[in-house]
Amino acid sequence: MSFNKLLSEKKPAILKKWFDAILDTYPAETADFLKKQKDRFANPVGSTIYSGMDSLLNSLLNADDPDTISKYLDDIVRIRAVQDFTPSQSLAFVFKLKDAVREEMSGESNAGDFPGELIAFERRVDALALTAFDIYMKCREKIYDLKANELRNMTVKLVERANLIFEARYRDIDLKDLVLEGNKSERGE
Amino acid sequence: MAKFTAKPKDLIQIDFKNPKTGWMDTPVEIREHMFCHPAKAKELETVGFPNIHEWRPQDENWNLPEGWKETVLNGIKERLQKYRSFHVFMDICVRCGACADKCHFYLGTGDPKNMPVLRAELLRSIYRKYFTASGKILGKTAGARELTEDVLKEIWYYYYQCTECRRCSVFCPYGIDQAEITMIGRELTNLLGLQLGWIGGPVANCYMKGNHLGLEPHTIKSNIEMMLDDIETITGIRINPTFNRKGAEILFVTPSGDLFAMPGIYTAMGYLMLFHELGLDYTWSTYASEGGNFGFFSSNEMAKRLNSKIYAEAKRLGVKWVLGGECGHMWRVLHQYMDTWNGPADFLEVPKSPITGTVFDNAKSAKMTHISEFTADLIKHGKLKLDKSRNDHLKVTFHDSCNTARGMGMFEEPRYIIKNVCNHFYEMPENTIREKTFCCGSGTGLNASENMELRMRGGLPRANAVKYVHEQHGVNMLANVCAIDRATLSASMDYWVPGVGVAGISELVGNALVMEGEKERTADLRGETLPGKEGAE
Ligand code: SF4
Ligand code: SF4
Repeated sequence: MSFNKLLSEKKPAILKKWFDAILDTYPAETADFLKKQKDRFANPVGSTIYSGMDSLLNSLLNADDPDTISKYLDDIVRIRAVQDFTPSQSLAFVFKLKDAVREEMSGESNAGDFPGELIAFERRVDALALTAFDIYMKCREKIYDLKANELRNMTVKLVERANLIFEARYRDIDLKDLVLEGNKSERGE
Repeated sequence: MAKFTAKPKDLIQIDFKNPKTGWMDTPVEIREHMFCHPAKAKELETVGFPNIHEWRPQDENWNLPEGWKETVLNGIKERLQKYRSFHVFMDICVRCGACADKCHFYLGTGDPKNMPVLRAELLRSIYRKYFTASGKILGKTAGARELTEDVLKEIWYYYYQCTECRRCSVFCPYGIDQAEITMIGRELTNLLGLQLGWIGGPVANCYMKGNHLGLEPHTIKSNIEMMLDDIETITGIRINPTFNRKGAEILFVTPSGDLFAMPGIYTAMGYLMLFHELGLDYTWSTYASEGGNFGFFSSNEMAKRLNSKIYAEAKRLGVKWVLGGECGHMWRVLHQYMDTWNGPADFLEVPKSPITGTVFDNAKSAKMTHISEFTADLIKHGKLKLDKSRNDHLKVTFHDSCNTARGMGMFEEPRYIIKNVCNHFYEMPENTIREKTFCCGSGTGLNASENMELRMRGGLPRANAVKYVHEQHGVNMLANVCAIDRATLSASMDYWVPGVGVAGISELVGNALVMEGEKERTADLRGETLPGKEGAE
């Protein structure tokens, strides 16, 4: 049996171990809820993390392209990036996949047959961790962006008026066009 | 993100596990990005809040006023006598847990103290200790505990992580309403001068100038003038609304966010266009220039004081009835409190649409009607000429605001309007809309920027449902009837579901409204070129 085939067979058990590992970072009663409530709208955190992990495992097995992998990772990291964790705590779950795989493989008689494949797989997990770090940073930057944008949106007419007075004084521009332009630039066009 | 203070040895420790302790034995940790800054002394002085002092939530010492414990306990006692609901809510919870996983803050933070039942327990434990025989004798066994400074901090921290949205109450077999318990909890913190800047500031501005940002009459007028310029550019029609006009039939009151904030201004443009097209005999007021009421997030008395200007202005101007714009908590106040606080407004008439003749009996006593009720009635009677295709670039879903949904039971009117002005409308999943709607995550004065993480966590359940319709149907516009939603959901979408905009329903109406004498529309109210009209003009 090939390494990938073995991994595919073990996937449900690996996924369970991996999911349990991330649940451990939440308070016990919450972990229980995140695990049991299957309705994705009643349990956005648990279901997003679970389906993200499931898809990530599939992607690793299928050697999907980095963009696809990024998308699934993004779903999980985006949540962890605003929760009560330090950056390392947020992202440690990625490495937990290695533990889950090794633990599941260890019981297999032919597990020792693929040292090269196992290392290659773990390298992919390491790459996943680096991608997770990039996503994490983007999420954090976004939070700071939101703060700045919101303040600007909140007072748009007031700022616009101040700009209009300035522009009207110094340039010969049709005010109406300027208002529409102002609206467009607010939307970042 | 937790404050990054990990020591080098912690950095390699990836086996982070949460400690397992009971809630009473888990001390509160006031975390950065989860709370709002305190109010400024000047703001609190303006409205005469007690015990104003310097303090910061993250500090060990909150400089609590002398005798603070008695103040809180007396405050509880007084409120137990005054509000029967509060007394009942303190007694009857059977801890069945039905509410536990229904709060958006619990779902997003995973913090058990954000379970509504535990949030209530934070205060209930004090009630038991000082106001029940079993609690006095049995203490912790009876779920009672001493009121200490840490306990007070805990109540403060978690009562400003509740948006009083009432979702939990929908699931409680006893109808226990955490929103009301939170209101009382916040009143208690206010007795000690522990107000938030984001609430204290708007309250003071509203008291002095009539609206949250403290806009003066000339600023209000010139902001509206600029919208009129935009409307003229888009439609070719110059609108001339009136301000503070005595003898108008209708007084129009809307949240001030519609006057200066993005994307609320497009909603306001929609109002202006609709009223012009109807030839409505109405007036804006630069005094009753705020429908919203942040006093409601401080105390009952403060809310009542700030609300009084609406009837006062209606009386001064001699109007017949009051029409209100798109807002959430504003309607909770108008619908459930205004009449008993500042009524009866017997100098007003029962609202009657001058266009259709419909009498809004549901507002028989309060004399104020919601713009969505008014507009839906116009559409029902075929009084508006609408070109739905002008919203064809939008795939719309509707977010029920907590207050208009659970606070006044308005579910159908907004949907009816959307379906009549848009061709593409998609509902979010059933357990996230109507009476089960998820809060935007930033209501009740929590829409500051320093607590953005809290807001994103609380906003996740709503955003998660939007993401679903975005992926399933390509939804790109989240419609709503609330000024706070328009501001806060914009941030939430930006983080959770990029590519989805936020709009008030009256904006969509304005897009579709065919106005007498208008030029061919090539852009929507945002100045965006309509599909197929590129190069036109
Ligand atoms: S009222 Fe809303 S925010 Fe407050 S505890 Fe209940 S569900 Fe949570
Ligand atoms: S649902 Fe009601 S009775 Fe049950 S725990 Fe919650 S508040 Fe208590």
